[in-house]
Amino acid sequence: MWEAIASNRRRSRLLIAVMGALLVVLGFMIGAVADPARGGPVGAVVALLYWLLLLVIALAGGDQALLMGARARPIKKADSPRLWNVVEEMTLASGLGKMPRIYVIDDDSPNAFAAGPRPDKSVIAVTSGLLKRLNRDELQGVVAHEIGHIKNLDVRFLTIAAIMVASITIISDFFLRSLWFGAGRRRSSKVDPRAQLVILAVTVVLAILAPFLAQLLYMACSRQREYLADASAARFTRYPEGLASALEKIALGVKSTKSVNRALAPLYIVNPLQARASASMVSTHPPTEQRIKILRAMAGGAGYVDYENAFRKVRGGDDPCIGKQTLGSEGSVPARQASAEGDSKQEMIERLQEVDGILGRLASLILIPCLCGVQIRVPQNLERDSFKCPRCGREHPMPRAHEAAEAAPSERSPGTLRYDRQGEGWEAFKCSCGKAIQISPAFDAPTLRCHGCRREIEIARRPQATAV
Amino acid sequence: MLIMFALLAVIAVIAFWLIGAYNGLVRLKNQVKNAWAQIDVQLKRRHDLIPNLVETVKGYAGHEKTTLENVVKARGAAVQAQGPQEQGKAEGMLSSALGRLMVVVEQYPDLKANQNFLALQEELTSTENKIGFSRQHYNDSVMTYNTRTESFPVNVIAGMFGFKGEEFFELEDAAAREAPKVAF
Repeated sequence: MWEAIASNRRRSRLLIAVMGALLVVLGFMIGAVADPARGGPVGAVVALLYWLLLLVIALAGGDQALLMGARARPIKKADSPRLWNVVEEMTLASGLGKMPRIYVIDDDSPNAFAAGPRPDKSVIAVTSGLLKRLNRDELQGVVAHEIGHIKNLDVRFLTIAAIMVASITIISDFFLRSLWFGAGRRRSSKVDPRAQLVILAVTVVLAILAPFLAQLLYMACSRQREYLADASAARFTRYPEGLASALEKIALGVKSTKSVNRALAPLYIVNPLQARASASMVSTHPPTEQRIKILRAMAGGAGYVDYENAFRKVRGGDDPCIGKQTLGSEGSVPARQASAEGDSKQEMIERLQEVDGILGRLASLILIPCLCGVQIRVPQNLERDSFKCPRCGREHPMPRAHEAAEAAPSERSPGTLRYDRQGEGWEAFKCSCGKAIQISPAFDAPTLRCHGCRREIEIARRPQATAV
Repeated sequence: MLIMFALLAVIAVIAFWLIGAYNGLVRLKNQVKNAWAQIDVQLKRRHDLIPNLVETVKGYAGHEKTTLENVVKARGAAVQAQGPQEQGKAEGMLSSALGRLMVVVEQYPDLKANQNFLALQEELTSTENKIGFSRQHYNDSVMTYNTRTESFPVNVIAGMFGFKGEEFFELEDAAAREAPKVAF
């Protein structure tokens, strides 16, 4: 592992330096074309500034940019205690200083990835399909694999690389446009026609360079990194079978993920762009089948040494997988027992409901349980008085969204909100912070706390109808 | 003159190596300290969860007095324990007391349907896991640190500056970690 970490450090620096040099050269060329007398140095300085800006973006908010690209949404502990606890457990097992933030992607294809510029500032994103399918041990294996990537600095390298590649794509796009729109004007001005030719050449080079760089990125994230992350996962969880069976389920269910950008693909646990695993030269991930075989060949061990032995046994060759320095400092580590959560039908139903709940809350839907057992998801702002259950056809009244009125400067505590119940059924209203709150017919407390702004809201029951 | 330079160079190399080795030891020692702090956090969390759990169980299974008292007693002992070895023993006792409580709880379907209890159960399982994982990390760190302090030539520096090996953290009852899980 030490070797992998050191090599990732080196490669990150190299990548940043090469991109800087490339940008400065390009800036100089473009500047010189625009103004042959003084433009060159100006262009170079501008490019240097652009490079610095990119560095700041990559190191400060690279993960945010990537997450937005993948349409991931952050979750809180209350949304999925199981996922939250599993991530916290693996953070402890790996000795990572700070727990990664957790994001969920609404996508039925099971997959997961990690991103972030630094180990203490990283995120883990999982798809809803993954949460639905995996039991606790399997989820733990996947999370441990991602944390392995974070610990080995693979994630940092790839995040920086993805930002750099994206920036090159932006420049090439910009030039294509300026060429397109500027062509007419330029022709009438005094600009040397040769200059236009140079701009054209630069554009073409950039346009070719961008996808090529993206491809390079694939190669750089060599397949060995995946093996290393698998070895880390086995060691952190002390339970290789968890990851093995998770990989099996993922390989079965993985479809081309909708919202995957090419630059992001190497970050995922199983490549979302290549649904069918093959060991071709350009594939970023080793064949999943082989990864499973190695994990299952660890023979009751869970340490790096055990993984190395299994790796050699399955692959037949003598290529080492894990560096000598890491192997030298420890022996075989025994694996632990499986935890009690399995794949019983009841547990699978519970998982489905949990995931439904997370997605519903993220999409700010109102969940209304029908008597027939279906959870109906209704958008908050549905402009109808009632709707029908899709299964049994029962009519449900639409919970009307009432704004909780600001309470009159209250006797009890200042700034308390107050909501008057309309009836006895399901009701929804908006807090003054905009968060929709739902109360059930069984709700029977004088106050509740808003999930969004944490303010206390007084719930007033409708005065009981007096007997006539 | 040449000899002087050669001597100086050798001294410089040795000095750099000394500094590097010393800093490496400090880093490893801090890692061990950090890892112990993590275990401490998790153990405290478990101690904080228990009164809540006992209250919830009491409401449904109040006559399981001895089991509940054992848990409370084990918690008291664990809160007061000092040092890795003693604490390991006390936490092991607490784990097995909790395990017994969870077996008893199986007989109360009403309790098992209680939302509050279910949330507590998830927290407790996870806290047990977290204790296990932070212990695992602590022991790994101790092993790396101890190997480093004992192997030549670093052991000379370790001896000079008083870096001593650290104790491993073992739970008294090896099966204790799994016990509550089996019950769920």
